[in-house]
Amino acid sequence: MVGALALTLAACAPANESTGDATGDETTDGGMSLSGELSGGGASTQEVAMEAWRATFQSENPDATVNYDPIGSGGGRENFTSGAFPFAGSDAALDDDEMAAAEAICGEGSVLEYPAYISPIAVAFNLEGVDELNLSPETIAKVFKGDITKWNDKAIAADNEGVDLPDTDITVVHRSDDSGTTENFTSYLNTVVPDVWDFEVEGVWPVEGQESAQGTSGVVNAAEAGDGTITYADASQVAGLGTIAVGVGDDFVPYSAEAAAAVVEQSPRVEGTADTVFVYDLQRDLAGTYPIVLVSYQMACATYEDEATAALVKGFLGHVMSEEGQQEASDQAGSAPISSALIGEIAPEIEAITAG
Amino acid sequence: MNTTISAAEAMQQTKEMLTASGQRRKNVDRMMTVVIWFCFALALAPLVSLLWTVLGNGIGRMSIDFLTLSMRNVFPGDPGGGIYHAIVGTLIITGFAALISVPVGVLTAIYLVEYGRGPLARAVTFFVDVMTGIPSIVAGLFVVALFTLILGPGARIGVMGAVALSVLMIPVVVRSSEEMLKLVPNELREASYALGVPKWLTILRVVLRTSVAGLTTGVLLAVARVIGETAPLLIAVGVTDSFNVNPFDGRMMTLPVFAYREYSQGNAPCREGDLGCVTDIAFQNAWGAALTLIAIVMLLNIVGRLVNRWFAPKLR
Amino acid sequence: MTITDSPPSGEAPPGPRGRVVRRRASGDTERGFSRIFRWIATGAGALILAVLAAVALFLIARGWPAITATPAELADSVPRYPDDTSLVAYVGPLVFGTLLAAVLALLLATPVGMGIALFISHYAPRRLAQGLGYLVDLLAAIPSVIYGLWGFLVLAPVLKPVWFWLGENASWFPLFAGKVSATGKSIATVAVVLAVMVLPIITAVSREVFLQTPKLHEEAALALGATRWEMVRTAVLPFGRSGVISAAMLGLGRALGETMAVLMILSPGFTYSLHLLEAGNHQTIAAYIANDFPEASGLAVNTLIATGLALFVITLAVNMLARWIVARRKEFSGAN
Repeated sequence: MVGALALTLAACAPANESTGDATGDETTDGGMSLSGELSGGGASTQEVAMEAWRATFQSENPDATVNYDPIGSGGGRENFTSGAFPFAGSDAALDDDEMAAAEAICGEGSVLEYPAYISPIAVAFNLEGVDELNLSPETIAKVFKGDITKWNDKAIAADNEGVDLPDTDITVVHRSDDSGTTENFTSYLNTVVPDVWDFEVEGVWPVEGQESAQGTSGVVNAAEAGDGTITYADASQVAGLGTIAVGVGDDFVPYSAEAAAAVVEQSPRVEGTADTVFVYDLQRDLAGTYPIVLVSYQMACATYEDEATAALVKGFLGHVMSEEGQQEASDQAGSAPISSALIGEIAPEIEAITAG
Repeated sequence: MNTTISAAEAMQQTKEMLTASGQRRKNVDRMMTVVIWFCFALALAPLVSLLWTVLGNGIGRMSIDFLTLSMRNVFPGDPGGGIYHAIVGTLIITGFAALISVPVGVLTAIYLVEYGRGPLARAVTFFVDVMTGIPSIVAGLFVVALFTLILGPGARIGVMGAVALSVLMIPVVVRSSEEMLKLVPNELREASYALGVPKWLTILRVVLRTSVAGLTTGVLLAVARVIGETAPLLIAVGVTDSFNVNPFDGRMMTLPVFAYREYSQGNAPCREGDLGCVTDIAFQNAWGAALTLIAIVMLLNIVGRLVNRWFAPKLR
Repeated sequence: MTITDSPPSGEAPPGPRGRVVRRRASGDTERGFSRIFRWIATGAGALILAVLAAVALFLIARGWPAITATPAELADSVPRYPDDTSLVAYVGPLVFGTLLAAVLALLLATPVGMGIALFISHYAPRRLAQGLGYLVDLLAAIPSVIYGLWGFLVLAPVLKPVWFWLGENASWFPLFAGKVSATGKSIATVAVVLAVMVLPIITAVSREVFLQTPKLHEEAALALGATRWEMVRTAVLPFGRSGVISAAMLGLGRALGETMAVLMILSPGFTYSLHLLEAGNHQTIAAYIANDFPEASGLAVNTLIATGLALFVITLAVNMLARWIVARRKEFSGAN
């Protein structure tokens, strides 16, 4: 009875959704369109890009539905390694235990892992009358550690000649949740100025007693709510705030997608993993690059038991790791497109996804 | 409030109070009237502010399209699409939750008030209170664990959300219904028994009829309590951009989850000159969904009150 | 047909109770559907116990690995976990923060909620009363995500000057000492938002109870020459006492378990600080679970669930306390 009710109700589908009777229509590239439902999830960093990827993919395949639960990287990895999600997104790569669990699901050596979303992390501030500042890594570390407490501190003034700095208290706003953004930011500080930033690199913020907020929009809103605040956030979200050009060598580099993508391109791949695992050891001090980047990975199996799932994963992730897909994410989510060379390495592995 | 006195003291106190000087008593009375009016005004301030904020931010997004389209194939920053799928999801999931909770809750309240004695009744009364303290996210985790046992990993269906909401809703229903049933004067029950009406009919026809207004208020409060839940639904039902009316298959979107996710997405990074792109569309969507959710609950309340007016017997 | 029992609360309305309560030993006075109905009702009660037992079992089973793990193991897999701390010492500040926020909220909300309930039941013009009650109910209808957004975007900026004023002029008072949060994301703001959230619950239940005050009692008080307030004090409040306590407990339940609003407003921290205006000092259990759950895996999830168990125990303790208070005051019930 419930089923009958559902069928009746299905007739009330919104106008922008096909009712499912247009099976087998040709897509623009001439192939048969895919159908069915594919549900993955994980890092919320990829959520906006996912929205764009899904919209294009579903437009091309009107009978296919792709869902992405933004439940967090940890949740994504856990659901992937338990077999609940056929694909997942995560700001951190699988560790050894998780890789073993994933191989138990996917099969030995057939776990696919690659960077899908690269985004610069901006250091942003809200200070009346100031839009841009230069800061050296050491000063950034001291500000976020709480050693520098005033905006007109000598160290800040030294990097910014001619800028009129007010005598305002600095309020640090950090992420209250465990996040890839925090991990990448602290990893940057720890690599570049280890003598100042002497904390362990973790997804949770190490300094206690500061202001914090949950999620990217949370810290951005909190920074906007107070005067003299400083925070770090995905660069696509900091439009209303001033941003900092970060000292790299002798230059100050403002954030940009290209300078961020360059980091991944020039960093070496982690060795000792399977051919299908593209994980990078990020270098934080390369000249000309914007060193504070967030790299978010996707993971999938090389083989699936179910033919339909294999086809959907292959089709959808194939779209993600294409030039168009990356450009789309860059346009719609402000990420840094992954270089053609890297796409050229990863795309064939996705193309090789099979069932059986 | 004088609550810690014995009967004799109270009588004494009342005597003293009534024989005290008239002027002072009048002043106290007047002062308390002001205080009580002030309390009410104090509650209206946040209400007005809240509604004003939601209305002011949400009304701009309201349109037929917003209410009748889903978010399928809508790009970030694109001012198209709508929340139809989330409205339907919220109604179905909350409806199923109420379908589970109201019978269980009201029957339990009946058990406690009409039948309850002995250790089972004491345990139920006590643990219902404890149940109100289950954090909503724990209810979500519990339901995921439960359904993983039944359906295997990866199941995310509407009914899971309904069950999670029921765990949160049942104690609220029991607690308020119990309070309302207790208030039914025993004379009514006795009169009914005296006429030879069996107990179950007495409960249905006399006790429930008499307390229907209070029960409805309680149920509406309970629905309102869970209709805005976010965390358990995100875990147990997942998210989707597409329309789905079958709570036994596939994910569903709900209004609070939608509002929260849109808020979390933040500003869309629009390219310069892209006129089809609205930077703060996600926030607008969030407020629009919030406004719709509040409107739905208001509507439910009005319907509930009308039902009350038609069916409730006049006590006084 | 005989009546089997009076209501269990001891608040049975006046009547020749002794003569009516007459039960046959075997209970076979219930025939046919009456018996089935009793079973159905009992079954519903038992079902609730079963569900709760299942939840408790789930919490214990999933929390157990964290409870039995050594501090070193926990520090290893839970990112926030400091070295050499027992699980109890780790959860302690969270318990403190949860209770602090909920108690503050209840302190703010209970008197106001009773005031509103009295206003609607006895003070407001008859014709308006129902509509006004409906207005307050609307507060309960607003989802907590909206409370979070509103609390953070609208209320915090309004309260910030108040907190700054308190921080400057009343810092001798321990609760208002310390550096006032520049963004208003302090536990004081959270308490105000929680108070607004529990207000409709307290109001709705108290109102219904106040409205049920026997008219005879009220009229008797007025006939003795009592003013309206005296009538309320002698007839309405004593009658509604158990209802008000019930209402407050319902409110406390909501305040203890509230997740999203706290999560979106509070700057969390893990201390036993009493400085209400400072940021980064407090965190509640529910918000902590929601905040850390997405990125947690392995033992970290177990730790989160163990803190959930702690919240469960708190609720248990709070309810035992409430029951004890109600029971202690039972001997004098104003209604009878």
